[in-house]
Amino acid sequence: MPKADSLQGSLDLLVLKILSRRPRLHGYAIMTAIQSMSGEVLRAEEGSLYPALHRMEEAGWIRAEWVTTETGRRARLYELTRAGAKQLDLEESRWRAVTSAVNRVLRMA
Amino acid sequence: MSIWSRVANVFRLDRTSREIDEEFAAHMQEAIDEGRDPEEVRKAFGSLLRQREASLDIRLLGWLDSLRSDVVFGWRLLWNAKATSAVAILSLGLAIGSSMSAFRIIDALLLRPLPIREPERLYALFRKGIGPDGRPRTTASTEYPLYRQMRAAVENQADLIAISYAARRDLTYSSDEETEKAYVQYVSGSMFDKFGVRPALGRLLTGNDDLSPGAHPVAVLSYDYWARRFGCDPNANGRRFRIAAVEYEVIGVAGRAFTGTEPGTITDIFLPTMMNEGVTQPNSSWFRTFVRLKPGASANQIRDALSPIFQAYQEELAKGFKGWPKDRLQQLLSNQLVIEPAAAGVSGLQEEYRVALVALGVLVTLILMIACANLANLMMAQASARAREMALRVAIGAGRWRLIQLVLAESALIALSGAVLGGALAWWSAPLVVSMINPPDHPVRLVLPADLRVLGFAAALAAFVTILFGLGPAVRASAVKPASALKGGTGPRSRRRMMHVLIAAQVAFCFLVLFDTGLFTATFDRLSNKPTGFAADGVINVITGGRPPQSVLLWQQVARQLRSLPRVETVALASFPPLSGSMEGGFVAVNGGQPGGALVRFLSVSPSWFGAMKIPILGGRDFEESDASPGVAIVNQTFANVYFNGESPVGRSFETNRDHGMRCRIVGLVLDSRYDDMRGPMAPVVYLPFRSVDANGQFRTARGAAFVLRVSGSNPLALVPMLRREITRAGPGLLVSRIVPQTELVEQQTIRERLLAMLASFFAVVALLLAGIGLYGVLNYSLLQRRRELGIRIAIGAPARDIVRRATVDGFAMVLAGAVTGLVLALLSVRYIESLVYEVKATDPAPLILPALILFIAALLASVPAAIGAVRIDPVEMLRAE
Repeated sequence: MPKADSLQGSLDLLVLKILSRRPRLHGYAIMTAIQSMSGEVLRAEEGSLYPALHRMEEAGWIRAEWVTTETGRRARLYELTRAGAKQLDLEESRWRAVTSAVNRVLRMA
Repeated sequence: MSIWSRVANVFRLDRTSREIDEEFAAHMQEAIDEGRDPEEVRKAFGSLLRQREASLDIRLLGWLDSLRSDVVFGWRLLWNAKATSAVAILSLGLAIGSSMSAFRIIDALLLRPLPIREPERLYALFRKGIGPDGRPRTTASTEYPLYRQMRAAVENQADLIAISYAARRDLTYSSDEETEKAYVQYVSGSMFDKFGVRPALGRLLTGNDDLSPGAHPVAVLSYDYWARRFGCDPNANGRRFRIAAVEYEVIGVAGRAFTGTEPGTITDIFLPTMMNEGVTQPNSSWFRTFVRLKPGASANQIRDALSPIFQAYQEELAKGFKGWPKDRLQQLLSNQLVIEPAAAGVSGLQEEYRVALVALGVLVTLILMIACANLANLMMAQASARAREMALRVAIGAGRWRLIQLVLAESALIALSGAVLGGALAWWSAPLVVSMINPPDHPVRLVLPADLRVLGFAAALAAFVTILFGLGPAVRASAVKPASALKGGTGPRSRRRMMHVLIAAQVAFCFLVLFDTGLFTATFDRLSNKPTGFAADGVINVITGGRPPQSVLLWQQVARQLRSLPRVETVALASFPPLSGSMEGGFVAVNGGQPGGALVRFLSVSPSWFGAMKIPILGGRDFEESDASPGVAIVNQTFANVYFNGESPVGRSFETNRDHGMRCRIVGLVLDSRYDDMRGPMAPVVYLPFRSVDANGQFRTARGAAFVLRVSGSNPLALVPMLRREITRAGPGLLVSRIVPQTELVEQQTIRERLLAMLASFFAVVALLLAGIGLYGVLNYSLLQRRRELGIRIAIGAPARDIVRRATVDGFAMVLAGAVTGLVLALLSVRYIESLVYEVKATDPAPLILPALILFIAALLASVPAAIGAVRIDPVEMLRAE
């Protein structure tokens, strides 16, 4: 079972991607989304998720807003900004480039 | 965007961390709601505190946050030690305020560029040579025909602009009875255009207003004058006024910023140069020549092009000088043309006060240094008191930089408070100092803006002093060794050594300030107590002008009428009062020989003028009503010494080059008195009868003269309204220009010296006070440090004398070292202030012994508390406490 550490720089990409599909999620929902969409393979731990969220917020890629949910609880919902969408494109193409390069190496070896 | 939110988050720290906590709580609640084990959820998060710190680090500007907390901490420290902080801030405020005042005045007078287009391209021409007193002299005056030649010669490289000296002139708007005064400058018509000055009303002078002599009676007002005299009334345009015999029409008002080219004087009215009668006179020099370089031209190039024209003109002019001594002519011809930058304008005030202001600038810098030394010692003492705290900070992982920042933040707080206080002080004091330069009738008006330049200076000064007094203690504090500090054993010896060096420096600076103050006050004392040779008390001068020039008989007639007024004892006439700034010079030959080299002063006076001034007649007689010039003369003692080897000159004759050559028989000899300056040696003076006739035997007319009245009783100025009334009634055609007591004319000779002496004395008191506080503080601190040692000494029976000596000997050694250094500095400083002191020698014992004595007494006073404290140490209590 890979640990959070194995997310290795892909955490930003995953968060941005998820927020691009499903806007306005809170931190816990993002965490569970990563877990379920990766077929329980990937897991983002709280200890790295929140610093990442706050960092991206300061960078202006995502923005957050306090709302009161249907259950009457206050939650901090994140959504993608325009700068974040651009960043997502960038990271996606970088990811593809890296994985295809790694795959090529694996095939040849 | 992001940087701002991070800056903003620093200042809403509580809210930011609350939000982070809340988000974590919501997360955990969500997880628990999904049926997870609460214990597990909490474990997953790890240390909440660390999580929060990690997020905070992202959301805050880290260095700003630590800076903020340091400032808050520093403020608390300052607040807790209110008395010490107040003294520190007050003394620094005083020092910074003095520095800022000095800067404002120096900047406004000497440095600030004129508010014109490209001021850096403005230069002015001067002629450099030897003055009549044999000393180097630089003047700016130019003759108009010469100006015309020079202007044509460099047409392609530069624009030449003639601007006359701002002169206070009488003018009338409606009737001739109501004269007013205004500063008038004759300027080249092209000046406004070349300077890029725009009109606030109407139009400005142009080249077309300056074409032929006497043909352009138009005037431009300065904004300041327009506001003061007309309340900014647009109808001022088109108003007419008269100066001398000419009626001028106002055609416009210059833009607000432009106040003329003479810092210290705000010009009221600009007239075209063509309206000055000097434009056609080849030997009348009455204006400054400004040079505005065209792109690509250099100042030296212009000078090289103009010098030959200047020399040729001088030689041509000298040919017309009859009756001049040869060496005088030679001096005149050796004048060189020089060109100097004039971006800051050119004024007599600049020349007179340049050295004085720089000297004051140095004094305030010394005060600032003394205040900084005090603060450095204070910070150092505090740092040692905080050594344990610092050690603790290091022990839990604070970096060296962080500690430096912590101490510097506190220093910066003090510096900033001091700067604010100083700013307020400078706001108030700079105009006050300028208002003290107040010669009667033409007080200095200096534009003192408080703009970015001044603010920038204040900010730079605050930063500079923070570094100066804060950095040393900060670095020292950061070098703390936790192990030894926490154990309680510190090595205060090196710290004390540093403090002692600072004390010595303080004393040295203080000595220098006291010494220079001594010189300045002695100079003022000498000059103001110098005998003038006449009795100024009770003499009023009524300076009047004739419009048109009136016969000398009219003046005599009015003088006779004034004699009948109450309180008036004597009435006489003079062409002008002594020490009023006027001078008429000429050369004299005796026995048909060559003219002598001394410049002889001339003054026309009526009979009984010597009586009114109480100048004793030593031989011969006073003028009589029947005497007329040319023919007879009275001379002073110096004249007799120079031309007759001290023998009685009565009955002898001399020739002079004045009035195209005339011969006079000396009928009287009087005691020397001051004529046009207080400083130099007495000048040879020739008095001529006020009543003068021309070549055809007709009585001459005079443009102006002074009624000289000796009055009885106190407050002679109470007579002013009556005098005005009487002169207007008795002498139609005479305008009262100014009424001034002779005492005021004498006092105006020492305005600069009085100002210097006053300000220097103030600074000396401040310096002494600060140095005293500093010494007291350091002695007290060392006492605190050495309580244990002294306690033990007392316990084993050391006599009180010994204890006192031990507690204070270091301090006195420092005072001695400082005083010796100060003495050397003082002797070195003398040659820079030579031009400011008068008849005072630096090597006299008095100016050296006095500061030393004062310092010694101050040191004694400052060390009394430490000495008492040392003797009172109770060894039992002290040792028990250890």
